[in-house]
Amino acid sequence: MSTATPTAETSHGHGHHDHAPDKLALLKKIHTFSTDHKVIGVQFLITTMLLLFVGGALALGVRWQLAFPWETMPLFGKLFAQQGGQISPEFYTMLFTMHATVMIFLVIIPVLAGAFGNFLIPLMIGADDMAFPLLNALSYWFMWPAIACFGASFFFAGGPAGGWTSYPVLSAIQEAAPGSGTAQTMWLLGVTFVGVSSMMGSVNYMTTIINMRAPGMTLFRMPLTIWAMFITAILQAFALPVLTAAGFMLLFERTFDFTFFIPGGLVVNNADPTVGGGQPLLWQHLFWFYSHPAVYIMLLPAMGMTSDMLACMSRKPIFGYKPMVYSMAAIAGLGFIVWGHHMFTSGMNPALGMTFMVSTMMIALPSAVKVFNWIGTMWGGRLQFNTVMLNAIAFVSMFIVGGLSGIFMAAVPVDIYIHDTYFIVAHFHYVLFGATLFGVFGAIHFWFPKMFGRTMNEGIGKLHFALTFIGMNGTFFPMHLLGVAGMPRRYADPYLHPYLEHLLPMNQFMTICAILMGFAQILLLVNFFVSIFAGKECGDNPWLANGLEWSAPSPPPHGNFPSVPIVYRGPYEYSNPDQPEGLDYWPQTEPPVPKPVTSPVPAPA
Amino acid sequence: MVWPIAAVVLCWLAPGWNWWFPAGPSGTGAAMSPLGERIDDLFYMILIITTVTFVGTQIGLGYVLFTGARRSDQPEDAEGEKAWFSHGSHNLEVVWSIVPAAVLLFIALYQMEVWAEYRVQDAFPKQVIRTGPLAEVTARQFEWRIRYPGVDAEGNPLELKPDPQPTDLYTVNDLRLPSSQPVMIWLRSEDVQHSFFLPELRVKQDAVPGLVIPVWFEAIKSTEYSMLCAELCGWGHYKMKSRLVATPEDEWRVWLQELQVEQNYDGVSDESNDE
Repeated sequence: MSTATPTAETSHGHGHHDHAPDKLALLKKIHTFSTDHKVIGVQFLITTMLLLFVGGALALGVRWQLAFPWETMPLFGKLFAQQGGQISPEFYTMLFTMHATVMIFLVIIPVLAGAFGNFLIPLMIGADDMAFPLLNALSYWFMWPAIACFGASFFFAGGPAGGWTSYPVLSAIQEAAPGSGTAQTMWLLGVTFVGVSSMMGSVNYMTTIINMRAPGMTLFRMPLTIWAMFITAILQAFALPVLTAAGFMLLFERTFDFTFFIPGGLVVNNADPTVGGGQPLLWQHLFWFYSHPAVYIMLLPAMGMTSDMLACMSRKPIFGYKPMVYSMAAIAGLGFIVWGHHMFTSGMNPALGMTFMVSTMMIALPSAVKVFNWIGTMWGGRLQFNTVMLNAIAFVSMFIVGGLSGIFMAAVPVDIYIHDTYFIVAHFHYVLFGATLFGVFGAIHFWFPKMFGRTMNEGIGKLHFALTFIGMNGTFFPMHLLGVAGMPRRYADPYLHPYLEHLLPMNQFMTICAILMGFAQILLLVNFFVSIFAGKECGDNPWLANGLEWSAPSPPPHGNFPSVPIVYRGPYEYSNPDQPEGLDYWPQTEPPVPKPVTSPVPAPA
Repeated sequence: MVWPIAAVVLCWLAPGWNWWFPAGPSGTGAAMSPLGERIDDLFYMILIITTVTFVGTQIGLGYVLFTGARRSDQPEDAEGEKAWFSHGSHNLEVVWSIVPAAVLLFIALYQMEVWAEYRVQDAFPKQVIRTGPLAEVTARQFEWRIRYPGVDAEGNPLELKPDPQPTDLYTVNDLRLPSSQPVMIWLRSEDVQHSFFLPELRVKQDAVPGLVIPVWFEAIKSTEYSMLCAELCGWGHYKMKSRLVATPEDEWRVWLQELQVEQNYDGVSDESNDE
């Protein structure tokens, strides 16, 4: 494709008159309060990549304790604990609580919706920016109070100790645990700020996708990434208020002695008996009503991006585009009626257990359809085995494992046994790390050229992939076996129980793999930052992809496109035999040759 | 060029298969309760279904990758095979929607009965409903307090009342119940949420503050079982180590009588007897 470079100097007076656009334009603005969606996207991306290391370090603390209980931790030991580097049980509780909190609220959700959602939505639908640029900037900057609150919670006695699920009564009564004091309050405030940030983003994405698509970009010509972001935004908009409300209820309970969740007559840690008539299960219902859809919030965008990467790198159209869209919609819809599967052993009405089992089994169906379609997409393609593709394949392969292990827990009787064991830990790490993070790694390599006009180093990229893949499977696959062996999660020292003693060597192996995986991420960071300055320069469309974003300059200037792009076809016309020049791609903006350009402008949305 | 990479990809995928197979035998061996055995059967059924699916899809993925790698090894411009141009297949979509749907629905419906027996009170074993609870287990940070009914003059256990009675007997972290018959307990929590977990018997039930939850199980063998907490309850969560001792019913009665004697023993009266 001929690079459609700056013909736009007259229409956009934003000071980008030089012919070679400044490749560092986005990076130079990351410290500013910019309302440009691309800058915000890069801000989100870099912030979350750095926070990934915080979350990872916390996880390594957990792993250290499980492999070498009560031994002084090297490197971090001095930094970590009070008693000569030893991890105390309270500290261990704080470690896994904050690992989950950082990874979920500050890494995965913001990197998907915040970084890639922001960067890609306007570019992929042919808009010049988001519908509400100021709101967009605020959604990034509201991350910082959240980070501050979470960060501060480390320093109050004990740190938050309720697990990321913060079940009352443990999280509601100050006496219940060392960390149930101020630390828990700060934690709840942090969650609220994250919620505000996500909500501003989701309103923005929905409005932008509905209203600002370029001419010809019908709903069913949108890339699956955009569909995924759209559905995710809807999920967030409906689910988040429930979490926010629940969080405020818990805050009120803690600070103003309300009793939503605390029943009367409890004697916690020899404090005075509680008064009131709350119900702890209420929190679980409210919490999981958000947090189950949140699982899909943490997965769907990665699914969408992986679909785009697979199609491009296989040089083939998506297999079953519409079924892909419908299955994402089905996941989102069903995602609202499966929250009870987190509560099978909670003591709720057993009839609910049956209902939620059926709905949970059914949500596996759209996931299965998606897997088959991804394999179908690669089937018969000319596969390009670059870093992007490897990560995307890993996404599919790992998602299969994570999806299938979910079936065990969806079956209530089996869940009685494996509930709250390491089986569940294995399951959600396969989904959130195995699937989502590999999708994110692929996406970073795939869209990096659009952000900085250079490609990331392939060699380091592949090495990073290999180490991460090996480390990830070595860490999380044995967790299934631990779960079947009955090892409960959140135990500072499982070996206190004789029937778990023999699991120590396996845990040590897993920890070694986890350390390998953790340190492999340094490669990603180095590759990312070095490539910004020293990566191989590339044109606007290094992957020969079809999406609208590849017709904009790299990096796109303020306003993105030289002129409003017109869309003539769907985003997956790879290897189309009708392509006039015989190329194996056919960008969405390329006018069809045989017909005059003016007549068949497709119906606007 | 692409071949070795594709091969390496598959080698990376291979551990995925190799590590699956040892997952079967649990470290704890067979379940020690009739219901637990049925839970294990369900587990193995799902394991078989998912293993077939897993191996099938990964082989499919591997096949697609191999053929795709071969295709992209060929030169692009010459008579090299192009990528297929296909937007999908309606028939295939229908097939791979309906087949998994049927399998999943089957799994779901097949599980109902065991769940009902475990948790729905109307479906509890008749014996359990007749005899009522034999003990009340109250979880607190970080121990299990167990309340038994006292014994009457003939040495028969009294009925366990919802509220504590003067005749009640107590132990800590030591639950003793008759073996080889379904027994029921009441589960409560005194402070935060805990979870009553008997791994060998495949029993798990959260102890929710403010609720009294009936739990029944049957230990096949007269022996000692692990009993622990499975819901985060504070810093000492891992320390709630305790045991369930299942004995034949007559031994259990004797033990209960001994417990009563021990608990009513007040030294003074004993001394006066000696004189």
